[in-house]
Amino acid sequence: MSTKNWPLWEVFIRSKSGLEHRHVGSLHAADAKMAMENARDVYTRRQEGVSIWVVPSSAITASNPEHSGELFEPAQDKAYRHPTFYDLPNELKHI
Amino acid sequence: MSLTIDRLEEEFQAKIDAGHNIEPKDWMPEKYRKTHIRQISQHAHSEIVGMLPEGNWITRAPSLRRKVALLAKVQDEAGHGLYLYSATETLGISRDELFEQLHSGKAKYSSIFNYPTLSWADIGAIGWLVDGAAIINQVMLTRTSYGPYARAMVRICKEESFHQRQGYEIMLTLCRGTQVQKDLAQDALNRWWWPSLMMFGPRDADSTHTEQSMKWKIKRKTNDELRQQFIDITVPQAEFLGLTVPDPDLKWNEERGHYDFGEIDWDEFWQVVKGNGPCNKERLDARRSAYENGAWVREAAMAYAEKQEQKRLAEVG
Repeated sequence: MSTKNWPLWEVFIRSKSGLEHRHVGSLHAADAKMAMENARDVYTRRQEGVSIWVVPSSAITASNPEHSGELFEPAQDKAYRHPTFYDLPNELKHI
Repeated sequence: MSLTIDRLEEEFQAKIDAGHNIEPKDWMPEKYRKTHIRQISQHAHSEIVGMLPEGNWITRAPSLRRKVALLAKVQDEAGHGLYLYSATETLGISRDELFEQLHSGKAKYSSIFNYPTLSWADIGAIGWLVDGAAIINQVMLTRTSYGPYARAMVRICKEESFHQRQGYEIMLTLCRGTQVQKDLAQDALNRWWWPSLMMFGPRDADSTHTEQSMKWKIKRKTNDELRQQFIDITVPQAEFLGLTVPDPDLKWNEERGHYDFGEIDWDEFWQVVKGNGPCNKERLDARRSAYENGAWVREAAMAYAEKQEQKRLAEVG
C-alpha cells in the first residue's frame, strides 16, 4: 500500500469565455481526473467558471524574488516603449 | 548575499509599512512564517471542525429548503478549510503535518465549536452570531499582509454572507412563530451570545500576539476593537427579532457612540481553550476517526494513480 501523500495541483479558472484562465488556488489529488473534480467542487460551487486547468505544482518553474532586480532590469530604462514618451501637439485628436 | 538578518528584517518591515503584500517565495522573518502557520492553520482547523456542530442537524432540518441551505453551508466550510490549508502550505508545512497538529491537540481551533448544538434554533444562532463574528474578523483579514491568506479571505468573505443571512432567517422565522419557537430562539441566543464574544480572543491587555501582529499587518484591528464592532452591529439585530441579549450591563453609551457591555467569563474562556469545554473531546475524536477511517481511501486512490501512470509509461516506452 502506498502511504505517499497526494500531490499538489495548481488550479486555473476561466470565469467566462473571452477571459483568460486565472490562478485561483491549489489542492491535493491523486491524479489529474481527481484534481479536476476536486477543483470543480472547491473552486466553482457558484458558477465561478466555464473552464478549468489543473497543473501539477511540481511542473511550474517560478522566478526567484531575490533575483527580481536583474530579471526585470532590462525593461526599466526603456520609457520609449510607452506611448506617453512621444510629444505630440494637444490639438491632434484620436492618436 | 552580504545582507545581514537585521538588514533583511528592516527591508521586510519597510515593505509592509509601504503597504506591499508578502508572497510565498519572498524572504520573511522566521517568526512571521511561524506566526502565519499557527494562525492560518488554526483558522483552517476551525472551518473543518466547524462542520461538526452543524452537521449534527442536517438530517433533522425542518424542511427541504432548510436542509439544502445547511448542506450548502457545511460544504462551504469544507471549501474554506481547503483554501486555508493550501494557503498554510505555501509557508512550507505539509498537509499531513497540519492534520497531525490538529489531531494531537497541538494546534488549536476556535473554541466556539466546542459548544453543543442542542436545538434547531442553534443552527440559526450559529449562522447569525458565529458567522457574523467570523465575518468581522475575516473582512479585516482580506487586507492582511500575507498574499495567499488575504486572497483566501476574499473568497471566503464572498461566501460567508449567505451563511449569516440563512442563520438570521431561521431566527426570524422562529421569532415570528409560536411561543415555543420564540423560546427556543431566546434560549439559543442565551447560550451562544457569550461564546460568540469570546471568539475575538482575550482582551488586548492580555493578548500576547496583538502587538507584533499589528506591526506586521497580520491583524489590522485589535481583539477589543473587533468585539466592540460586533456588539454594535448585532444588538440592533437582536432587538429586531424581539429577543433579549443575555447581558444586564449592556447599554448604549451616547458619549462613546458604542454599547457598553458586561465582563466576559474569562475562566470559562481559558477552560475551553485548554480543552475542558463541553465538546472538545467529542470534536477531536470525530476528526481523528474520520481521518483514520479514510486512510484506506487515500491509499487506494494513490495506488491506482501510480498504477495508471506505470501503464501509461509502459505504453509510451
